[in-house]
This record gives sequence, C-alpha cells and structure tokens, in this order.
Amino acid sequence: MSTNEWPLWEVFIRSKQGLNHKHVGSLRAPDATLALENARDVYTRRSEGISIWVVESVQIHATDIDEAASFFEPSDTKIYRHPTFYEVPDGVKHM
Amino acid sequence: MTQAEKEIRFQEKIDREIKIEPNDWMPDEYRQTLVRQISQHAHSEIVGMLPEGNWITRAPNLRRKAVLLAKVQDEAGHGLYLYSAVETLGTSREQTIDDLHSGKAKYSSIFNYPALTWADIGTIGWLVDGAAIMNQVALCRTSYGPYARAMVKICKEESFHQRQGYESLMKLCSGTPQQKAMAQDAMNRFWWPALMMFGPSDADSTHSDQSIKWKIKRFTNDELRQSFVDATVAQAEILGLTIPDPNLKWNEARGHYDFSEINWEEFWQVVKGNGPCNKERLAARVKAKEEGAWVREAATAFAKKRAMKKSA
Amino acid sequence: MQESALFEYVLRLSDDSLILAQRLGEWCGHGPILEEDIALTNISLDLIGQAISLYDFAADLEGKGRNHDQLAYLRYENEYKNVLLVEQPNGDFAMTILRQFFFDAFRLPLYEALMQSPEEQLAAIAAKSVKETRYHLKHTSEWVIRMGDGTEESHQRAQAAIDHLWRYTHELFYEDAHDQSLQAAGKVPSMAEIQAKWMATVTSILQEATLEIPKNNWKFDGGREGRHSEHMGYILSDLQYMQRAYPNMEW
Repeated sequence: MSTNEWPLWEVFIRSKQGLNHKHVGSLRAPDATLALENARDVYTRRSEGISIWVVESVQIHATDIDEAASFFEPSDTKIYRHPTFYEVPDGVKHM
Repeated sequence: MTQAEKEIRFQEKIDREIKIEPNDWMPDEYRQTLVRQISQHAHSEIVGMLPEGNWITRAPNLRRKAVLLAKVQDEAGHGLYLYSAVETLGTSREQTIDDLHSGKAKYSSIFNYPALTWADIGTIGWLVDGAAIMNQVALCRTSYGPYARAMVKICKEESFHQRQGYESLMKLCSGTPQQKAMAQDAMNRFWWPALMMFGPSDADSTHSDQSIKWKIKRFTNDELRQSFVDATVAQAEILGLTIPDPNLKWNEARGHYDFSEINWEEFWQVVKGNGPCNKERLAARVKAKEEGAWVREAATAFAKKRAMKKSA
Repeated sequence: MQESALFEYVLRLSDDSLILAQRLGEWCGHGPILEEDIALTNISLDLIGQAISLYDFAADLEGKGRNHDQLAYLRYENEYKNVLLVEQPNGDFAMTILRQFFFDAFRLPLYEALMQSPEEQLAAIAAKSVKETRYHLKHTSEWVIRMGDGTEESHQRAQAAIDHLWRYTHELFYEDAHDQSLQAAGKVPSMAEIQAKWMATVTSILQEATLEIPKNNWKFDGGREGRHSEHMGYILSDLQYMQRAYPNMEW
C-alpha cells in the first residue's frame, strides 16, 4: 500500500544570527523545495527561526552505536585538554 | 553480550535517568510499547482536530476564529512531531496511519464525543487539553529521547490551548444566562469523558507496571486522574460552574478530592467503537487519506521527473 | 465622495480575504497530507489577520462606530463585495490550489502597488500583507507546477480546475466609479496594470506546469456589486450562525 510515501527529511533551524542550525525534528516532503516550505510551516510557526536546512534522512551518516566506546571513550582520559587540569596561583588574572 | 545482560544494562540506564536514543539497543517489548503509545498519542492529536475543526467556520468573531484555527493547526503539528518520533523506532508514518484506519490502533476516546455548541470549544480547551497536558507534562521526562523531546515542544505550544479555552468560558460565564447555561451544559457532557481520558483504573491497566519500570510512563493513570480533579475543582469554582458529581468532596485525610466511580461500561463501549462519533471520525480520516492519494502521487512523480532531468 | 469610495475599496479587499479564509478553514483536518493541512491553515490565518486590519480601517473610514466583527458578521448577503472566485467551493485539492493561485497572483501586484499609496494606513496594511502574499503565491505556484507536471490524473484535475475557475478570474479586475475616482487621486493602481502583471505570472507558471489557458473567455461577475453565487448564502449561514442565533452577546 505504501508505494508513494514521500521521503523523510531532517530539519535544522537557525533560531537567530550567531547561533548554529540545530536539529528540531523531521517531516515528509516530495522534494527539497517543498521540504523547506513544509519545515517553515511546521517548525517556525512561532518565530523560531531565520534560516532552515533540510536534509533527506537517508543522506545522514551516523556513528555506529556498537563502536561508541572505541569512538568516544578514549577522549575521556585526556583530561589535560581541559583548562581545569592546570593550576595557576590565585593572584594571576585574565587567564 | 547475552540478551539477559543487555536487558540488565538497559534497565540500569533507565534507572540512572539516561535517555534511550533511536539506535540504542532496546528490548523488543519496549519498542512495541513505545510505538503503540506514541502512535496512539499522535492519532489522538489528528482525530482531535475534527470536533474542533467543525467549528472553525462558525466561530463567533474573528479573534476566536483565528485562535481556534491556530489551535487546531497546532494539533496537526503535534501529531506530526509524534509520528516523527514513531519513525525513529522504524515504523513509517504511513504504516502507523494505516493501523489507525484499519482499527488496529486506538486514539483517545474523548474525540468520539460530539462538539455541539460553541461552549464545547472552550470546554475542550479547558478540560480536554487540561487533562492532556497533565499527561504530557509528565511525559516530558519519559525515557525515550525523541518522545521526550517531542513532548517538550508540544507542552510549550499547548500552554496557550488550555488558557484560550478557559478565557473563552470566562466570557460565557460572565455573559448572559443563556451563555452561562451553554457553558454548564458543555461541562455536564464533557466532565466524565475528560476523566476517562486517563485510561482504565490502575487495577485494570494491562501495560502499566512495565511502563512505569521502563519510565515510559512516569505516573499511573489513577495518579494523573486524581491530580487533574484536584487542579480542576478550583478552576470550575472561579467560572461558577458546577462539576456534575454529587460525591465530589475534599478528603482531608487523603489530601485529595474524592469523586464518584467512572462509568466503565461507557468507557469500554466507546473504546470498542461504540461512541457517538467513532465512525464519523475514522471515516473523515480515511477520506482525507484516500482523496489525497493523487496529490501525493503527483508530487512524487514530479520529483522523479525533475531528478531524471537533472541527471540527464 | 473620496471617503466613501475608499470605504468601498477597502471593504472589497476585506471581504475577499474573509471569504477565502473561511473557505480555506474548511480544509483544516482534511488535507491530503499533514504538512499541507498546516500550510493551508497558515494561509487562512494570514487572510484572517489581513481581514481584521482591513475591516478596522474600513470601520474608521465609515465613522459609524462599527468594529471589524460587525462588518465581518452583521451584513446582508448583498452587502458583501467579495469576488465570486473566493466563494467557489473547495472542490478537490486542485480546485483549492488553483483558486488560491489565481487570487495570490492578483493580490501580490495589488499590494505591491498599494504600498506606494498616499493613504498611509492602506499602505501600511499592504506592506505587512505583501510578505504573506508573496509566500502564498510561491507555495501555490509550486503546487500548480507539481500537479500540472505530475501524473496524468493530477494534470487533468489541475486543467479541469483552471477551465472551471477561469470564468471567475476576470472579475478580479473589476472597476467602477469608486475605483476611478481613487485612481484619479493617485491612491490606488489601475486594474489594467494589475491585470497585466497577473497575466504574466499566470502565463509563466501554467507554462512551466504544462497547463493551458482556456480559450473560452466567457465571464462571470456580480460579487463586487453584491450579487453572489448560490454558495454565498451557505457560507454566511455558517459564518454568521452564532451572531444571528445569539444577538448582542460577547464571545
């Protein structure tokens, strides 16, 4: 029955100048032009955005959940990448 | 990792309030429960457009017309957010909707009651959206990430729905005796169906325990129903409306209002399709889908043609 | 004379917006797909907003103490001055979109011209509405193209809608003594100018959509003079139901 279901699109919205586009949800649309128009009507009814990106969901490549440990945990031990790792005397300013 | 180990790890995550995301491992039953609950919720938003939608052309002034239109439109949006959440679990929107149309999936029975007067529109906003919000606020902390995020967005948008309903009833209750009577009549018809929105009592609720353990649901049906009654009594007093329940009274010892037993026979009859409007509601949705088929096909065909032209 | 001519002019704009919004409101909950249900509702909401601003302005011009709701809800059928096009039934999605497209293609150049009007309030309403209308026209154009160049069925349905609605499009450019006096005072554009722009838009979009402009140029009109189609009475029965059944109450 579901021969003509429109593709799924992911919607990203920039809420104001200076901020990143952020994922807000998805919708169905037959093509990119209508996906943008649908995103405007579905996701910016309350002035939530000034710019919209849409990406067909099948075009998104994601990390594999089974590889999450090897992908992300190694950075947990590199605490020297964070400023709090270092001690500076109390009197030092602007640092 | 064995199945049992995976299940233990899964439950640990839930217990530590770590959200489950689409690609994470999850028990099949967790997935099925979510699909059932979220789709039921989505269908309720969409079918819920119909009784109110009937009044858009008859709204008594332009401000009310715009408000009602915006509210019903929001419901379409909310249904869409929820269908999107179901899609993250691997079930397409069309499949989900087909399950509604075949009668396999349910929606909230409240929408099988007719909206007969303009006061019903205010009452639906106040009581029906009020009951829904009670449920939805709790669901903002549900364990499945996409569902919780959809609920946060929905709750933010819904906050105007209940208020506009209450404001509209305020106008009626401070208007002529005829208007006040219209409001009371709506209250009389919607009070019990609104209490039924929280579902069967905990003793009869088949999915409740496991859903609470998985934190899909954060409160039981009876807990939410009680909170709703407790919150609504004072609101009715301010309107000057009488809640149609002679046994409604404050119970000092419990710290809650006592109220009469719900007519469960009516509840189950309406759930099973014997409410005043079940057939009309479903027929309207099926008709919209069938009559829209050629539109969806046209857009698909056009997109294919353009893509071919581009690659040629 | 100028005051009453402007009142009449603004009333026509208001009534067009109101009746079309009323028609679009009927779609809510019944659209061919959720996304489009929301889109049609958005257009309807924009039109209600425009109607409110325009009726407020008309009420000021009239100076009889009526408000926008009294103008919108409490007139007799022959006092409504909308074109017949906007009261035509929704029909299928093609009929609704084509009706909207023909209307948007008219409203956009009209608002663009009215933004230059020395009547400041009219110019301000036009400036706000022009953005909404530009979007409506974009959206309906996209759909006309998709239906026309989609499947055989959609092409036929779109062409049937054009063939039916074409007879109502001429009335969009209706002019009488009111218009002429306002044009002479430089307050509103000539309809010939608007019609030329309308025709350019319609020709180019229909061409892209592989659809044809009908050969039959037979015209229907009367709405601008208060003579409506049979549909209008039903529209007003719904619209006015509450106000007529419960007179003098606030909601």
